[in-house]
Amino acid sequence: MTNETNITLTLNGEKVSAKAEPRMLASDFIRDVLFMSGTHVGCEHGVCGACTIRFNGKTARSCLLFAAQLDGANVETVESLGTAIDMHRIQKAFRKHHALQCGFCTPGFLMTVSEILETLPLSTDDEIRDALSGNLCRCTGYEHIVRAVRELVDERDGVPA
Amino acid sequence: MNDVSSQRGVDSIPSKISRPKYIGEPVQRLEDPRLLTGAGRFTSDIRLERMVHLAFVRSDQAHAKISEIDFGDALEMPGVLAIYTAGDFTDIPDISAPSRMKNYHATHCPVLARDVVRYVGEPVAVVVATDRYLAEDAATSIVVEYEPLGASSNVDGALAAGAVQLHDDVPGNLVLERVFATGEAPEQIAAASHVVEGRFRLKRKSPLAMENRAYVVDYDRGRDALTLYGSTQIPGVVRDELSRLLGMPGNRIRVVAPDVGGGFGGKGSIYPEEILVVAIARRLARPVKYVSDRLEDLTSTSQGFDEVVKARLAFDDDGTFIALEAEVIGDIGAYSIYPWTAALEPVQVASFLPGPYRTPHYWGRVRAVCTPKPPTGPYRGVGRPMAVFALERLVDKAAAHLGMDRAEIRRRNLVRPEEFPHRIGSGIIWNRSGFMECLEAAVETIDYAGFKKRQEAARKEGRWIGQGIGTYAELTGIGSRIAVAPGMPINTGSETATVRIDATGAVVAMFATASHGQSLETTLAQIVAEELGVRPEDVQIMQGDTAVAVHGTGTYASRSAVIGGGAAIKSTRSLLTKVKRVAGRLFDVDPDRVETGDGEIFVPGTNHRIRFADLARAVYSDMATLPLDARETLESQESFDPYLGTTTSSTHIAEVEIDPETLAIRLTRFVVAEDCGKMINPQVVDGQVHGGVAQGVGVALLEELQYDETGQLLSASLADYLIPTSAEVPHIEVIHLETELPDNPGGFRGMGEGGTIGAPAAIANAVADALAHLDLDITELPITPSKLHRLIVDKRATKDME
Repeated sequence: MTNETNITLTLNGEKVSAKAEPRMLASDFIRDVLFMSGTHVGCEHGVCGACTIRFNGKTARSCLLFAAQLDGANVETVESLGTAIDMHRIQKAFRKHHALQCGFCTPGFLMTVSEILETLPLSTDDEIRDALSGNLCRCTGYEHIVRAVRELVDERDGVPA
Repeated sequence: MNDVSSQRGVDSIPSKISRPKYIGEPVQRLEDPRLLTGAGRFTSDIRLERMVHLAFVRSDQAHAKISEIDFGDALEMPGVLAIYTAGDFTDIPDISAPSRMKNYHATHCPVLARDVVRYVGEPVAVVVATDRYLAEDAATSIVVEYEPLGASSNVDGALAAGAVQLHDDVPGNLVLERVFATGEAPEQIAAASHVVEGRFRLKRKSPLAMENRAYVVDYDRGRDALTLYGSTQIPGVVRDELSRLLGMPGNRIRVVAPDVGGGFGGKGSIYPEEILVVAIARRLARPVKYVSDRLEDLTSTSQGFDEVVKARLAFDDDGTFIALEAEVIGDIGAYSIYPWTAALEPVQVASFLPGPYRTPHYWGRVRAVCTPKPPTGPYRGVGRPMAVFALERLVDKAAAHLGMDRAEIRRRNLVRPEEFPHRIGSGIIWNRSGFMECLEAAVETIDYAGFKKRQEAARKEGRWIGQGIGTYAELTGIGSRIAVAPGMPINTGSETATVRIDATGAVVAMFATASHGQSLETTLAQIVAEELGVRPEDVQIMQGDTAVAVHGTGTYASRSAVIGGGAAIKSTRSLLTKVKRVAGRLFDVDPDRVETGDGEIFVPGTNHRIRFADLARAVYSDMATLPLDARETLESQESFDPYLGTTTSSTHIAEVEIDPETLAIRLTRFVVAEDCGKMINPQVVDGQVHGGVAQGVGVALLEELQYDETGQLLSASLADYLIPTSAEVPHIEVIHLETELPDNPGGFRGMGEGGTIGAPAAIANAVADALAHLDLDITELPITPSKLHRLIVDKRATKDME
């Protein structure tokens, strides 16, 4: 660990600095160096989506980024949303619709949903399913996740419940 | 809650609570706030001072002799503290799953391969380093030399005369053989006027929980005691076996399953790695962490299914089933897994094969064969997905043979409501469950009657659509009379619950279950709250921790709601009796007049009304209010053992559309009608059904661990081993039926696995129906576009030959 570099980033609104080897993955850096363990690691090859973060506003697989790439970036993880006693609207919708079971994939889904609500029309459930298809969940069969997102989309679009 | 229910005795069944408030309600989950905010605590989130990390060197050969392990300069690499091989752990006995079953040969699995490796992925050496990156660096620089020993990676080769034996003490690679026989199936089949048959295959798959297996050991140097945090479904079994293997008493071993990211059976067995982390922590006297990666998960976590069933079904002109005969061959991989043994999966195929139908004659033979692949173990549905797939295909073939409607042939053969209890040919006894009701409800919901017309119209437009039924029954919440796996040496049939009110009036209930997504922190709290008269959010459920239970195995086999829930009811009723007795003294009334509800204890029609906190203060802290003999500890512990099991039934109906050009198979509709008895939380039940169906979609259409003839895994990443995404899983409609409640406290039936049991058969039948005009049989799952293409090409070739 002789060739560590300094990495300075904005993590969930807070400016932080830490050192990491050039080869260190962003997912490991966030979890093991910055101690934000809400970002989960499920495959380390960019398929499962559990490690999804928002990297300068756009969702990204943190297991496919190097820690060094986070230098100067604005990074948001699941911890940026709400707290257990004051949950974010997306978290509340997930709870209401039982859109999580074991909860391991959930942080990645929440980050994806936070982005697609801002960027996609999601006018049909099929569009929601397509938009979520980059995140794998093994527990829910997606049905309740789709319902939670549907409610959030309707709320966003002012569609009466 | 009224005093009548508690006075009727804890075994009075089914429970009749006068004012149910929480059971049957979609109570929002108590585990959600932490899991939604990134505040869950999964094993890989645990970090301890001076913790060291492991990386394994795993075999890249299937069956080979280890001729040399060359550490190279690994020991001198930065951060490396130690490298261990089999010779360093001669004090740890091999993992071996005994059984009282006849014709069974246990295997012996060393914690690190000793002399011989038996599957690609088997741990051969382990590196300990200060950092995971450094441990992996060192592991990759270790070179293992092998001399290949051969051995066939498929069962036909493994069973052939003169085949290379994987284990010296497993003659002919045949780990077990068992026959079930009722009546005279072979004779009846020979004499029958109608017989259909098939050779069905369910390919090997991975449980694939989203969280890979992980273990952390915290070691107490002062006491030579340890806590193993692990992604396990069976902390109690792990504690008991660690105690035996390491020769340490259970009071110095605590096994905790913290938040666990799914299991589906894959975290339901004992693994060499979880024994090694403990042994290494003890040897180095410091905390040890091991987190596997996805490649390790796909190559070393227990795998599912991998069976061939050759079966024949005989029936009369009316479609009445007469006899069923089956040969089941299970490819169990390299070792018979602890504690379930290799019997678990293939024997259950033969046990459940007669299904929910009246078939008087049955003969089934099971053989379990070892091959140089990772061990198979429990996977959601265990045995039943294969059994239901084979049987339901035969039922559809019988209907086609007679030109009979597919729902009608099922109606004629399903066990009728008045015929329960019904013993099937393998010996399983079905108790009353809505077999017929589920079929009718599913058929009605999906417009079964109108489908043929839709199908004909679609075919005219060149579209291929199909509809398929999968009907099944399963045994859940199995008590101590029936072993989850035959002849197994551990008792999985009981649960003990401890419920207590502490000095602040707070309620804590402790169980030996180990929720890993099942929502037990909520559903068990609903039960305790309902029985005690408090709110679910006032109850803390502690489970997944051997420190809170003297014995107990964990969460698997659709048991926790039935057995854990039963224990919760019994213990809470016992506690309520104490609460009423104490309150009776406080109020100076007959305890029978005391009631509880919403966290209050009161006597109706009087001004006696206190909170649980007041009662607790009177009992524990306030030495003036109650005489000494009335200050009894507000804690109760009761066990529940259902002795037998309870039957859950369901019908799944799938609709598919197959693209005639690309042969892509798309699920267009999916209906489930199920009878799981009393629902504790309908939203949780729905979630379990949806998730089970999604895994059934994987079984039917996507998931396949492909091994080549040398035993190398060809689908070793999530880009090659495909699980369903939200784009492949259809909207799932679920209909709940509650026919007659089972004879257990609460009236619950297990339902966590069912989705995966019915869906593969329903989808296979739907695909076959969509292709009926091509006269193709669907006999292997998963069925994929490329396999369909092969079937069509082969069919054309056969026709051309003719």
